[in-house]
Amino acid sequence: MAKVIVVTSGKGGVGKTTTSASFASGLALRGNKTVVIDFDVGLRNLDLIMGCERRVVFDIINVINGDAALNRALIKDKHCDNLFVLPASQTRDKDALSLDGVGKIIDELKESFDCIVCDSPAGIEHGAFSAMYYADEALVVTNPEVSSVRDSDRILGILAAKSKRAVEGLEPVKEHLLVTRYNTGRVAAGEMLSVDDIQEILRIPLLGVIPESESVLQASNSGTPAIHLDKSDVAEAYKDLVARFMGEEVPMRFVTAEKASLFKRLFGGR
Amino acid sequence: MSIITTLLDYMRGNEKKNAAVAKERLQIILAHERAGRGGCAPDYLPALQEELLEVIAKYIHIDREKIKVQLEKHGDYDVLELNVTLPENARVG
Repeated sequence: MAKVIVVTSGKGGVGKTTTSASFASGLALRGNKTVVIDFDVGLRNLDLIMGCERRVVFDIINVINGDAALNRALIKDKHCDNLFVLPASQTRDKDALSLDGVGKIIDELKESFDCIVCDSPAGIEHGAFSAMYYADEALVVTNPEVSSVRDSDRILGILAAKSKRAVEGLEPVKEHLLVTRYNTGRVAAGEMLSVDDIQEILRIPLLGVIPESESVLQASNSGTPAIHLDKSDVAEAYKDLVARFMGEEVPMRFVTAEKASLFKRLFGGR
Repeated sequence: MSIITTLLDYMRGNEKKNAAVAKERLQIILAHERAGRGGCAPDYLPALQEELLEVIAKYIHIDREKIKVQLEKHGDYDVLELNVTLPENARVG
């Protein structure tokens, strides 16, 4: 049975698209036939992060309007054979993303894919709503920062009240917390909310922690999802995330700081 | 003197824990927002706040902003929290 997973956050810039790209790639690397859909109509960026921007011909709105068949709009990923990207439209009005239209696309994708990853735009407007409406599970991407945590809480409220599962009285959307841009040093210094703090506030199970890292920028510069960056913390953390999502028990890494030496503490080295 | 104490504080980990402030602020605002989000939000809360305010105003001159009524969930039970900040020289009105 195909799973629909929304990557959402409310707040912008927390790492939804970075996460969608790496999470979808990780699922594909583990043998799941996966499609990742960009719902950010007007501000598409998943194509850049996946490195397929020059191969976009048709987009999700073309498919909804019947201008192109779904399989003509799907772009095959260059790293994984069983991964496809469905880009957002760059020019159309976001209202063209009708709930019915999205539903038809998702139903059609369910016939041939195992995992359908929906990359939500920021905000709680129409685009974000269409991305989460059909979700079976949600990855709530949160930064250890007050505005991000508050917005995540808001999104959790919307998932619980307005998603298709909620409206139809089905089993609720399964929620997972993903903390990104985590800096263990600052947490240890009491300057940053800890994973435990965030979990206590949002009250949803933690699925992963992605450390703050320079490699994320390197990955986006080159159009390679961060999970493919060998030996980087971020790639390891995303692989752990995918393993846990697949039901494996993997201990949390990148949550505690190495004990800083007296020298470092005195002179503020990092 | 201040540099030395700051340094000592830093080494002992006594500096003001900023994250704790963030956590507390979030807990308060989210309890409030969740309560206002419908579903479990008791609709008598604004009326209760209004009536409490009237009673308190009979005895003390008080700023309307200085009284807060909140319902928080702590596991299985709800806690009704009433917070009244009295003015420095409270006088019978």
